[in-house]
Amino acid sequence: MQKSLHIDPGKCTGCLQCEMACSFEHYGSFNPSRSFIKVFTFHNEGRFAPYTCTQCDEAWCMRACPVDAIGIDHSTGAKVVYEDKCVGCKVCTIACPFGTINYSQATGKVVKCDLCGGDPQCASACPTSAITYVDADWTGYDRMMASAAKSLPSAEATA
Amino acid sequence: MSWTQKVLRVNLAEGSCTSEPLNMEWAKLYLGQRGLASKYLSEEVDPTCDPLGPENKLIMTTGPLTGTMASTSGRYSCVTKGPLTGAIACSNSGGFFGAEMKYAGWDMIIFEGKSDKPVYLLVQNDKAELRDASHMWGKTAWETDEMIHATHQDPQMRIACIGRPAENGCLYAAVMNDRHRAAGRSGVGTVMASKNLKAVAIRGTQGIGNVEDAGAFMQATNDAKAVLAENAVTGQGLPAYGTQVLMNVINGIGGLPARNMRDVGFEGAENISAEAMAEPRASDGKPNLTQNNACFGCTIACGRISTVDPTHFSVKDKPEYQIASGGLEYEAAWALGADTGVDDLDALTYVNFLCNEDGMDPISFGATVAAAMEMFEDGVITTEHTGGVELTFGNAEAFVAIAEQMCQGGAFSEDLGLGSKRLCEKYGKPDLSMTVKGQEFPAYDPRGIQGIGLNYATSNRGACHLRGYTIASEVLGIPVKTELNDTDGKPELVKAFQDATALVDSSGLCIFTTFAWGMDNIAPQIDAACEGDWSVENCLETGERIWNMERLFNEAAGFTADDDKLPKRLLEEAIKDGPTKGQVNRLGEMLPKYYEVRGWTPDGKIPEETRKRLSL
Repeated sequence: MQKSLHIDPGKCTGCLQCEMACSFEHYGSFNPSRSFIKVFTFHNEGRFAPYTCTQCDEAWCMRACPVDAIGIDHSTGAKVVYEDKCVGCKVCTIACPFGTINYSQATGKVVKCDLCGGDPQCASACPTSAITYVDADWTGYDRMMASAAKSLPSAEATA
Repeated sequence: MSWTQKVLRVNLAEGSCTSEPLNMEWAKLYLGQRGLASKYLSEEVDPTCDPLGPENKLIMTTGPLTGTMASTSGRYSCVTKGPLTGAIACSNSGGFFGAEMKYAGWDMIIFEGKSDKPVYLLVQNDKAELRDASHMWGKTAWETDEMIHATHQDPQMRIACIGRPAENGCLYAAVMNDRHRAAGRSGVGTVMASKNLKAVAIRGTQGIGNVEDAGAFMQATNDAKAVLAENAVTGQGLPAYGTQVLMNVINGIGGLPARNMRDVGFEGAENISAEAMAEPRASDGKPNLTQNNACFGCTIACGRISTVDPTHFSVKDKPEYQIASGGLEYEAAWALGADTGVDDLDALTYVNFLCNEDGMDPISFGATVAAAMEMFEDGVITTEHTGGVELTFGNAEAFVAIAEQMCQGGAFSEDLGLGSKRLCEKYGKPDLSMTVKGQEFPAYDPRGIQGIGLNYATSNRGACHLRGYTIASEVLGIPVKTELNDTDGKPELVKAFQDATALVDSSGLCIFTTFAWGMDNIAPQIDAACEGDWSVENCLETGERIWNMERLFNEAAGFTADDDKLPKRLLEEAIKDGPTKGQVNRLGEMLPKYYEVRGWTPDGKIPEETRKRLSL
């Protein structure tokens, strides 16, 4: 069964536990500047939005890479960067419509979310369940459920 | 390890930035942040110096856990000799600035001397330099933040800076960071301004990869996070209502002072409470509270993001304030509200925005205005002084006008910037100043709640709830309930809270965790992260050592037992009505015992044997 990261920005408090967890998992240090998930702050609205790779099936980054340095981890469906092949040309960062594959000065390669091999640490660390790891087919169902709730006769009471 | 083991020393007179190793012998005795920086200050600064003279130093300091995955690991402090009190000052702030300092590779930054022109410090990992800030002088903290971000085109840069009241000599100016967060108390921002230092901008990408035992650390921090999540206060009350959850509670038990502490109990408390902040308003159907937010690493998220009603008189012609921004927390809501008698939630939220925007401690500001209001009603202060403002209790329009004056340097701002003690002395009414050691009280009345009075009287930085929050025990029953009006056992309680707090403030963690955490939750996190023995016993002894060291600084600065006192009003004017009617604070019953349990002499001095026991 394939799973996906599911992000509900309405629940995010901007604490950055996810960024620390990501950098600790991949580099052994607490270092948000090297996290593959980013929390953006919108000051004047008072809102926060965590954002990372959605693991597209037809991944633009993978198709754009001239040296086949991006492949699929078949156990999770994650698109992963093969560091030994990546030449740091950054074409994938231009190809990705979401900006979720990024160049790293520290390594001279690109980096992206790899779903931590199936146990994404950002989701484990999130204290408010703004980031969860759910059945891929369930993506969007929570909103469908919220809409469905409005159709109930007692909608005013429960929705 | 967890310390970066590096100190950045910035000599503002010479314009030099140098790196030096952290004194690890001191780190083992004082841990970090409040304790360790106070040790540096004690060793390097003459306690009798002029707080606003070049010989005073300002230390920005983190704890060993700052920037780690421990919950609430975003704390940093400003340590200096405070201009409001003349005592040692340590103001603690959250936000993201502290963690960034660690990620840039620095445990602390020591500012010494005075620059001959306005400058800001730019730190990018190992590289540190002073830059010209002449064009930022006279700007608000928010404008300064924007200007630096625009100059360096780095949205990830974290900035701490001062606003206009600091530049104008207001004695309770704060150092603001990340827009809404403040090292708020005792005038640490005024010290920063006295050095011609406008801002510190930091970008760090090195991370923290040297915790002593990573496996044990992750286990200890995960266990501790679960305790926070399961606790009713830290898991539910604080995220939902913020510290404002206390407004109705403290009012209900007869512990909420009002109108410069002339009264206890505020009839408008409900209107300015957490419950009111969640209520949709008539104009746009939105509540005051937009959502809660977290400081760096915090799994509690007690912070408030609020909006002012766009039709409210304070902002209706000011679109720049019709935004979501840092909302009221309890102490601010009390000082700006109950203490001034103003129960207009939107007016208070707007003034809170102004305090953040321009860097003022809302507790000291509100309490100083409250003292001025009482003197205005007594006829000592008139509209001649206030620039025409009818400064009566409960007058929201007047309060907003006076807050704007304060930021813009209007007619009455110089007087109000003195703080309550000097203001009341200036107008010949010293007994109307509700202060200890020159610092204004926070939001708990010592007549209704005995132990907090002893804590205020003996606090090393002047009246402060955050030096020994006995309210946890006396009101909330954490860890055990003690009776509000009992004095028995309160000296021991105050000492225990003061020592434990000193340790928490030295770790990089937030004191709000202690609603749920005991030292047995905290010590294992420190012990796993840091080398050395950080058992519960050693942590408590370290806290006691820090408390005594601060006291020694104050002693050398000229403070004596005569300064461990409360205003006459709280000792003699009984509460007029409500559940605590007839009560006064009985400090005299508690203070001698407090000195005894601390191992001090009957006149509050620290004898040789106590110093020896604590390795001082």
